[in-house]
Amino acid sequence: MSKTVKKSLIWAFVGVMLFLMYAPIAVLIVYSFTDAKALGVWGGFTMDLYAALFTDSAVLGALGNSLLLAAVSATLATALGTAAAVGIYYMKRKRKACAQFVCNITMENAEIVTGVAFMMFFLLINVQYGWAALIIAHTMITVPYVILSVTPRLSQINPNLYEAGLDLGASPVRSMLRVVMPQLIPGMISGFIMAFTLSLDDFIVSKFINGGVETIPIYLYNALAKRGPDPTLRALSSVLFVVVLAALISVNVVSAKRKKKAMKSAV
Amino acid sequence: MNNERNTVSADTYDAAAETTAAEAPSRRNKQKKLKMRGVKRTAFSMPYLALSILFVVVPLLIMLYYAFTNLEGGFTFDNFAHFFSRPNIMKVMGRSFLIALITTVACFLLAYPLALCLASSTLNRKAILVMLFVLPMWINSLLRTYAVKIVLYMVEVTNAWTAVTIGMVYDFFPFMLLPLYTVLSGMDKNLVEASHDLGASPLKTLFKVKLPLSLPGIVSGVLMVFMPTVSTFAISDILGDSTTYLFGNIIDQWFASSGGWHIGSAYSFILLVLIAVTVVIANKLTKGKTDVGVGGVL
Repeated sequence: MSKTVKKSLIWAFVGVMLFLMYAPIAVLIVYSFTDAKALGVWGGFTMDLYAALFTDSAVLGALGNSLLLAAVSATLATALGTAAAVGIYYMKRKRKACAQFVCNITMENAEIVTGVAFMMFFLLINVQYGWAALIIAHTMITVPYVILSVTPRLSQINPNLYEAGLDLGASPVRSMLRVVMPQLIPGMISGFIMAFTLSLDDFIVSKFINGGVETIPIYLYNALAKRGPDPTLRALSSVLFVVVLAALISVNVVSAKRKKKAMKSAV
Repeated sequence: MNNERNTVSADTYDAAAETTAAEAPSRRNKQKKLKMRGVKRTAFSMPYLALSILFVVVPLLIMLYYAFTNLEGGFTFDNFAHFFSRPNIMKVMGRSFLIALITTVACFLLAYPLALCLASSTLNRKAILVMLFVLPMWINSLLRTYAVKIVLYMVEVTNAWTAVTIGMVYDFFPFMLLPLYTVLSGMDKNLVEASHDLGASPLKTLFKVKLPLSLPGIVSGVLMVFMPTVSTFAISDILGDSTTYLFGNIIDQWFASSGGWHIGSAYSFILLVLIAVTVVIANKLTKGKTDVGVGGVL
């Protein structure tokens, strides 16, 4: 097989897979511009769905809730997770294994099990389902991911700097905040972004403990599985698709550019 | 392996730091210094570890308590007997595993060739392509499921089980692709070349060299697809009908009524045990193989 044939075959395969990946998203976006009630029926071009979406107080409320919850829990998770990453990194082997086991429980457990366990726990300790429960749960399930993104940075920094801070008279907390933490900031940022997206995305755990607080995923689930999807949902989905994809692509492009620059300056 | 190396180096660094610190003459009050030395860096993990015992371990223990008690609070195995004595529920369980297995295999069969293509040197602009394939991972799975629902409706897929399976494959495909691509693109190209030089056909190279070496990626891909599919309830809620009842749906149902928590806990516990077993097997599988692989190369 000649090289060009091989290359075009590979491109064809990759192209087909890309098409399959994005066709459903494209179809959804196309049909968000028509207000036919039934799926897959073209009832003429209109922006009505978008107009309805941006005046829908339930949707806007859910969006606000989602962003607030993600911001609060990701901030808490980043603080807890960064401190924990430093602590766990310098642990001796046995304790380290124990700590990592605890992290793994939340990461590897089925979300539905985590969700129902939280549900029973909060009832037992008398925490009302709703904001408090959601913030605690989201923080706890995202901390391990912050630890995962901070730990690689730790292997790159000089481990003696913390001790140096102590020797120069800083308290342990001050040494941690002023000496160690500034060097971990890139890891903390990616950990924060990870926690933020995971929180925005979560609905299985939230479903059991939201107590009527609707986040975007909860709103989507209720609309899709219970109320039956109404046409506005297509507009909402399209907006979310476009926003998420645009955000991710710009983040990736920026980081790729920065990497290139770093490579060039290194050479 | 990496972690262990890190621990060792960290320990030696610590020891070095302590000896130099002890030797260095200090002008400051010795006692104050000792007190500060008492607070080790490891202490910074305490807030999280304490919270996770309270908010992760305790809830699971509560679940365990519920699983082994009845409504009156007495100890019982009835909740588990409930599971094993009902052929219907065993059937649902079997179906959940079957559909998760089919999804995992389908994802693998689609993702492995794609990962090979993406990792091959013939493609330029690889990074962008990989990014495009992985991006949908970050979009809420409910949204992607909804998109699939519209397409399936348009191409007139009416069988509920087919719809659910297609939806699952679509939703979880990126989670299989990413670990496979990572392991394949990180693979030592010399090994593949050596295999060619020694006269192996491309197919033989694939099965004897590439596949065994990509085992760690395969295992993590399988875990990332199989685990969520076996316990999902949303995809079957949205794409299926009343017949596409999965294990996740059953647990969800039991917890919807307050009287069902004991039985629901028993079911969740069974799911938890199955997951733990799968993770342990996966860890054994990758560890054993990578050790053999490294030994063989050396």
